[in-house]
Amino acid sequence: MTEPQQTHTPVGLIAFAWALVGVPLVYGLYQTIKTASSLFS
Amino acid sequence: MAVPSFLARERIIARPGFNRWLIPPAALAVHLCIGQVYATSVYKLALQKDFGTSLTRIGIIFSIAIVMLGLSAALFGTWVDRNGPRAAMFTAACFWSAGFLIGSLGIATGQLWLLYLGYGVIGGIGLGIGYISPVSTLIKWFPDRPGLATGMAIMGFGGGALIATPLSRQLMGLYDPAYDGTAATVASGDAVAKLFVTLGLVYLVFMMFGAFIVRVPADGWRPDGFDPATVKQKALVTTDSVSAGNAIRTPQFWLLWVVLFCNVTAGIGILEQASPMIQDFFRNGGTSAVAVAAAGGFVGVLSLFNMAGRFVWSSTSDKIGRKPIYMVYLGVGLVMYVLLATVGSSAPWLFVVLAAVIISFYGGGFATIPAYLRDLFGTYQVGAVHGRLLTAWSAAGVAGPLIVNGVLDSRGTPGQLVAGDYRPALFIMVGLLAVGFVANLLVRPVAARWHEPKADPSLPTSTPETSAAR
Repeated sequence: MTEPQQTHTPVGLIAFAWALVGVPLVYGLYQTIKTASSLFS
Repeated sequence: MAVPSFLARERIIARPGFNRWLIPPAALAVHLCIGQVYATSVYKLALQKDFGTSLTRIGIIFSIAIVMLGLSAALFGTWVDRNGPRAAMFTAACFWSAGFLIGSLGIATGQLWLLYLGYGVIGGIGLGIGYISPVSTLIKWFPDRPGLATGMAIMGFGGGALIATPLSRQLMGLYDPAYDGTAATVASGDAVAKLFVTLGLVYLVFMMFGAFIVRVPADGWRPDGFDPATVKQKALVTTDSVSAGNAIRTPQFWLLWVVLFCNVTAGIGILEQASPMIQDFFRNGGTSAVAVAAAGGFVGVLSLFNMAGRFVWSSTSDKIGRKPIYMVYLGVGLVMYVLLATVGSSAPWLFVVLAAVIISFYGGGFATIPAYLRDLFGTYQVGAVHGRLLTAWSAAGVAGPLIVNGVLDSRGTPGQLVAGDYRPALFIMVGLLAVGFVANLLVRPVAARWHEPKADPSLPTSTPETSAAR
């Protein structure tokens, strides 16, 4: 699906917002996978 | 109850061309913070030692928070729908953060009741309002993919614990050098108090960010290329509106309440006992083939599947429909539970696979329910309807542990249980899933007499506030 062409939302703001929630989430996922890996070792 | 003008719904109506992909991170900013409630086990022992009390009395803090979540979501759902997501997220941030700060004061001064009041009651209110705050907005921004949209946000709730658990360990290690994050050491009460202050302030900033970037779509907005008529063609999907007050008078609401209650209770049956359960299933002659560290890894695997299930299954429901996906959660879940009870102890890998699939259905059940409500009752007051339905979660939060702990207490002493001791509890869960499966089968479209009257096209579109006053 395509978004409207004449967006008023700065791309930088969207990228910043996603990074702000994405970075902690990746940190949490990494730490959990590290813990989970002990099940298979 | 009026809100300050900078929080009002009218102030956050998106201008034409607003990019809706800014809304999921706003929702995630809230859900990633409030998901911390499932990371309380990380400082449970430290609090027990600091207060010199039982684990049960410390566990009450969590129980109060979950009960308050359900109650506040039910009580404030209409307020949230009327005033919009910014007011709701702002309020949730204040309550959630205040809960941590008051809780911290309780730890620092050795007063457990302040923890009950702060984290439990006040924080719990923040949990309930925060949980439902972005749901109706996401559904309105993503009418073409409501399952994906709510799945993203509610996945964040699962992700919140994944972040808070290791982060809390690291922070407590920073505040108490004697604590190394392993089971061999326990953090001091002072370190937990400082952790609470830190989390309270960090969560306040994060949630406020979500509150200030969130927008609601203008009346009549729809995504490019989206034709509401295509949605209407699907069975059970309505383009009509049912108010929250009327929704709870329909059989559909109570059937979904039973569906959610059964699905959550069954999931809690495993989550509640995950770590000791895997050790008990492979216990032979007093010792378990599964080490403590590996059991901790099993809890991590379940967390990952819980989170992934929220996103994957909820998104899948956009393709196959809400009723069929719940038939999978409850029907396939039932078969998985039977297999777990009968052949689950034959191999650790089989036990892990079965439990992981069950927990992915548990997460999926949470994430898909808002879209199911949207299908049946429309978008009009879906946040308020969702809030009322979350009382099923509170009830399951009490029933699940009661069933499991009740059965296990009657079978023997912790540390000496074996797979067979879990069987009665697992078969109770099978029965519950069967009840939920039948309830889901009975769901039919809502009768037209519950629908709100259609607005006269010659008049301005009604707002939730004016309609709710009817």
